Amino acid sequence: MQIGNIAELLKAKVLTPGLDLTSEVSHAFTSDLMSDVLTGDYDKTILITGLSNLQAIRTAEMSDIREVIIGRNKEVSREMIELAHDNDIVLIRSSYSLYRISGILYEAGIKPVY
Amino acid sequence: MVLQYHIDGGDFVNAGKASSAIKRVLKQLDVPAKRIKRVVIALYETEVNVVAHASQGVIEAVIEPERITITVKDSGPGISDIEKAMQEGYTTASKEVREMGFGAGMGLPNIKRNSDDLHIESVPGEGTFIRITNDLRD
Repeated sequence: MQIGNIAELLKAKVLTPGLDLTSEVSHAFTSDLMSDVLTGDYDKTILITGLSNLQAIRTAEMSDIREVIIGRNKEVSREMIELAHDNDIVLIRSSYSLYRISGILYEAGIKPVY
Repeated sequence: MVLQYHIDGGDFVNAGKASSAIKRVLKQLDVPAKRIKRVVIALYETEVNVVAHASQGVIEAVIEPERITITVKDSGPGISDIEKAMQEGYTTASKEVREMGFGAGMGLPNIKRNSDDLHIESVPGEGTFIRITNDLRD
């Protein structure tokens, strides 16, 4: 599924305008623990997290994750958006809880990593 | 090629900058993506450890055609029992570090997992020296 379609499904706001929204996502991983995210191997995987800080974006960058969803409308700083932009990471924000986001994407056929 | 970076303890805003810079250099050198990932995960975890525990640190990365050698030397509390620190789940991290998404006792084991060769020396009360060596070619 394209990240643009995922944003629509989750009624999410795209915070990094100008980045490609046609990239395909096949898997998702939900975690607030970046240490756990850093132990995985990812391909076409979106990170769903409630941790809205610079390290969430850094962790995605190091893990080769190209899409990040921040749940529960957590505040996203300008620095986070800039860092995501610099690394071609599509950053979106949804008012839905992580549970609801995960459930919607699972139902839509996005696979778990583990 | 030799690259050097300074890390300030407690500076979570800049944690990861060195890993990011090295990732860009390795990409320019056409290093396979899986090898780049191993290097930057090991280095990023190390950067976070220095920011989380030490007062300051210095990273030096020596990039040769076939391999990268990264040394990180910090001034800090050191690690009193390295064997214990290598065990998954063992942590001495503060509440603040946990709130940043780290401090679950997974860092050092993950550094080891992503290093072809890992050497750690530490003097409690003085600091820690880490050397990570990874092959850059398949």
